[in-house]
Amino acid sequence: MYGATVDPIEDIRSDEEKLAEFEARIARGEKIEPGDWMPEEYRRQLIRMISQHAHSEVVGMLPEGAFITRAPNLRRKLILIAKVQDEGGHGQYLYHAAETLGATREEMLEALLSGKAKYSSIFNYPTLSWADMGAIGWLVDGAAILNQTMLAKCSYGPYARAMVRICAEENFHRRQGQDIVITLALGTPEQKAMMQDSINRWWWPTLMMFGPHDTDSPNSAVLIRWGIKTKTNDELRQSFVDQTAPELMALGLTIPDPNLYYDETSGHWHFGEIDWDEFWNVVKGNGPCNAERMATRRQAHEDGLWVREAMAAYAEKDQS
Amino acid sequence: MNPELKQALVDYLLAMADDELILGHRNSEWCGHAPILEEDIAFANIALDEIGHAIVWYELAADVLGEERDTYANRMVYFRDAPDYRNAQMVELPKGDWAFTMLRQYLFDQFEMVRLEKLTQSSYTPLAEAAAKICTEEIYHLRHTQAWVRRLGLGTEESNRRMQTALNELMRYYEQLFSPSLADTLLFEANIVPFQTELMVHTLELIVPFLVEANLIPPRGSNFVGPNDVIYRHEHTEHLNDLLSNLQQVARLDPMAKW
Ligand SMILES: [Fe+2]
Ligand SMILES: [Fe+2]
Ligand SMILES: [Fe+2]
Repeated sequence: MYGATVDPIEDIRSDEEKLAEFEARIARGEKIEPGDWMPEEYRRQLIRMISQHAHSEVVGMLPEGAFITRAPNLRRKLILIAKVQDEGGHGQYLYHAAETLGATREEMLEALLSGKAKYSSIFNYPTLSWADMGAIGWLVDGAAILNQTMLAKCSYGPYARAMVRICAEENFHRRQGQDIVITLALGTPEQKAMMQDSINRWWWPTLMMFGPHDTDSPNSAVLIRWGIKTKTNDELRQSFVDQTAPELMALGLTIPDPNLYYDETSGHWHFGEIDWDEFWNVVKGNGPCNAERMATRRQAHEDGLWVREAMAAYAEKDQS
Repeated sequence: MNPELKQALVDYLLAMADDELILGHRNSEWCGHAPILEEDIAFANIALDEIGHAIVWYELAADVLGEERDTYANRMVYFRDAPDYRNAQMVELPKGDWAFTMLRQYLFDQFEMVRLEKLTQSSYTPLAEAAAKICTEEIYHLRHTQAWVRRLGLGTEESNRRMQTALNELMRYYEQLFSPSLADTLLFEANIVPFQTELMVHTLELIVPFLVEANLIPPRGSNFVGPNDVIYRHEHTEHLNDLLSNLQQVARLDPMAKW
């Protein structure tokens, strides 16, 4: 029933009535579609989230992209190229989803390149070894899947549908990462050490991906009320630890958290406190690779300027 | 097949494989850095295809030699040094700007398309069959790169200038793709591969008018054979060493390890 409620008569209801109807639709589990009435704040939050998500996919191509040329065998090389390419595709679907809310690609790119828009902080950490392809695939894509599986049920139709498509591919990303981790963890002592070093570096930044505690997350309440998010940051983070910690440990890998243990009573893994100073520092742009990532994106954008100009000029000539 | 012919065929297949591998490698360097997001995706696809084709040729060579396919392909890629690589210099040159990349890919695609069509008639059935399969993918590459050559050749003054510069540079190297080796003569006589000169004539018939229509001037017109000395396929620029030290870096950390 997407977008089927087109009302030819001018909508004369008051904003309160519209809001009540909007919230009732969400409560009934209906999807909100591009032409439907929505509160400005809903639109604003969605544009912020979706564009941020799109930027994360695009910037996220860089850390793994750096290892495409160095993949250690032909099979891994093909898989890694396909994976990084998928992330670009995710960026594309998401930019389209944000466009349905009135944002333009130019505006969004401009916000990214000027540093106004954020992207996932995880991509501000460097990739230092091949083992990082395993850690990113398993941990980072794994964490993203939890978030995206939730968003696939979100109240905004185009975002939800983009997520369904993306999740299917992310599962493949996670599996290829897991496969690398398993291979290295069960490989030579040097490979195992390389894998452990990688887990040591990626574990905490991955936990930070879920965002601040719900009490410190200014947007959480409204996002949950309008069905954009259906789970809190802390809930998702806990599911991630519950799922991933035992699997890593089963491979003989150590998780760099002395306070990690299985709590029989709650049935959950208890984990130590995140270094929130590091989190906010990276969010504010002072992570190990923020400057480098942005410089790389800007460089690609600047280098591509003459190409985009030529495309526009040619398209114009072609039409006349 | 007599041993001499067998070796000639392996050499021919390796040269084809190395061309596609190295070109695919260069293309893959754009992933995440392309001028538009759509090309991060489309061009990665072309890189994937080219590397995929390389694998097809390595595996055919393995079959000729009676070696295990996957092991052989990976050994060829990761454990040969530059002097043992048989790719043409054109594909090992750094990726340059988008004009250079696109034009190189177009020139290569057109050459490849002409060669593949001939190879579908090879008397060596596995080669003919593989060529027919790869042809279907190359049609898309060629469409894509032709569109870009036209767009950039006819776009702005700057794009045209960049394309012309790239063309002048690339044409010096293009010829090497068509220079025959002694072994090729053996294969040609056995109806396994086409005659190199014939490939050159056909390719030029296609690219020269196309480039001219895109407002680009082939440096020596359709008189392709220049005063350059023949470059042999074991001769490489310094760029191949750099490329291989990157490509082989992880694999060579421990040659016995599984990755
Ligand atoms: Fe993604
Ligand atoms: Fe992914
Ligand atoms: Fe090819």
